[in-house]
Amino acid sequence: MSARRVVVTGLGATTPLGGDVSTTWAALLAGKSGVRLLSEDWAQTIPVHFAARVAVEPGEQMERVEMRRLDRSEQFAIIASREAWKDAGSPEMDKERLGVVIASGIGGVTTLLDQYDILHEKGARLVSPHTVPMLMPNGPAANVGLELQAKAGVHTPVSACASGAEAIGYGLEMIRNNRADVVVSGGVEAAIHPMPMSGFAAMKALSTRNDDPARASRPYDLNRDGFVLGEGGGVLVLEEYEHARARGAKIYCEIVGQGLTSDGYHIAAPDPDGAGVQRALKFALRDAGLTTKDIVHLNAHATSTPAGDVAEAHALRAALGADTDHVAVSATKSMTGHLLGGAGAIESVFIVKTLQDRLAPPTINIDDLDPAVTVDVVRDKPRALPAGDIAALNDSFGFGGHNVVLVFKSI
Amino acid sequence: MALAQADVLAGLKEIVEEVAGIPAASIEMDKNFTEDLEVDSLSMVEVVVAAEERFGVKIPDEAVTDLVTVGDAVNFIVNAAK
Repeated sequence: MSARRVVVTGLGATTPLGGDVSTTWAALLAGKSGVRLLSEDWAQTIPVHFAARVAVEPGEQMERVEMRRLDRSEQFAIIASREAWKDAGSPEMDKERLGVVIASGIGGVTTLLDQYDILHEKGARLVSPHTVPMLMPNGPAANVGLELQAKAGVHTPVSACASGAEAIGYGLEMIRNNRADVVVSGGVEAAIHPMPMSGFAAMKALSTRNDDPARASRPYDLNRDGFVLGEGGGVLVLEEYEHARARGAKIYCEIVGQGLTSDGYHIAAPDPDGAGVQRALKFALRDAGLTTKDIVHLNAHATSTPAGDVAEAHALRAALGADTDHVAVSATKSMTGHLLGGAGAIESVFIVKTLQDRLAPPTINIDDLDPAVTVDVVRDKPRALPAGDIAALNDSFGFGGHNVVLVFKSI
Repeated sequence: MALAQADVLAGLKEIVEEVAGIPAASIEMDKNFTEDLEVDSLSMVEVVVAAEERFGVKIPDEAVTDLVTVGDAVNFIVNAAK
């Protein structure tokens, strides 16, 4: 059997910038921030008073009865998957050849904590029978798989903030390995709750710029002070190339490779040399059959933490050498905040749109570019990308030392 | 405390509408929870717990399997409250 190629035929998202892909993409190109002060009373009781909630509440996109048995992360997965599936033309297919891979970093953490409160306040009898299906990290993938009747396999890789990218890579392999012809893949997160936020704050991982939330997520800026927690999710429909052609599907681009490594360095801190990231970049290019010259764009992980942004930029230059100079680097977390397990997924959606429109989205909030960042950052306005065959990278890293790089190519 | 059958039915209709999203108007005594109202085993637990709270009765787990129709549940609750 000749190598099976994998293309993207559908996109879906619900993000702090919009309840669908087109709204999100327009806001992203316009350089808008999705970060806001939280209105809940608890927000004033923890060190960080803001986050990037989804722009459109799930209640505006789903029926109430459907919502009450789904964790918020599962609601995001269903909303984004419905959009992506419809965008792909709702393919009529053998469901034994349909897979789902949707990740989450933390799973149904708000369900877990809310039901724990009920256990203490009202007793075991009042704990919802839906608690376990709602809190399990595979819940988003399982619910999407159930709705689409996917029978080739439903999976949930968990690697903290690399989870979403890892899910898409897993989907790529499912099709390459001939386990499936179509895989609905992506990542979601719904962790805006005082407990996980307090945990991140205790690690000094979150920005505390409470007086100016929209300017708090500032990757590569000299005065960045941590990431901004976001929520939402993104989904890509991956499809075997001949399968897509045979049904006359709209094809956005091709996904041509992935590279996966681990640091073996620290549970949360990035390896300052970025050796694991460099290896992931090299493996991804080799897997894609491309060279450093082919890469014109990177949607960076760049979360706005002091250590992480520099380590990533350093690793990119070390891996790509002089070819780093023609890579337009965008840090879209400056607008969306950090969606943890959803990050690599929405950023992959952004890369697909970038290749389609040949426009790299801007990075906002850079007042003073950190001189240690020696990459070509797209600032303030979108940048046109060259004509002809082009390729772009998405990298995602997670607590635990997980490194994932995905490669997308125009078609 | 005795409960009127009509009052119990009205209360159950509200509970099933809340849990399963079935309009109260379409819920009658002869409706089957699973087949007619799409109340699966997990949702049935929610209905039972809500009914216990509302009507102040105890519905033991071993009794729940016998509550096939709305009428079964109404009659069980009316008898349990006597």
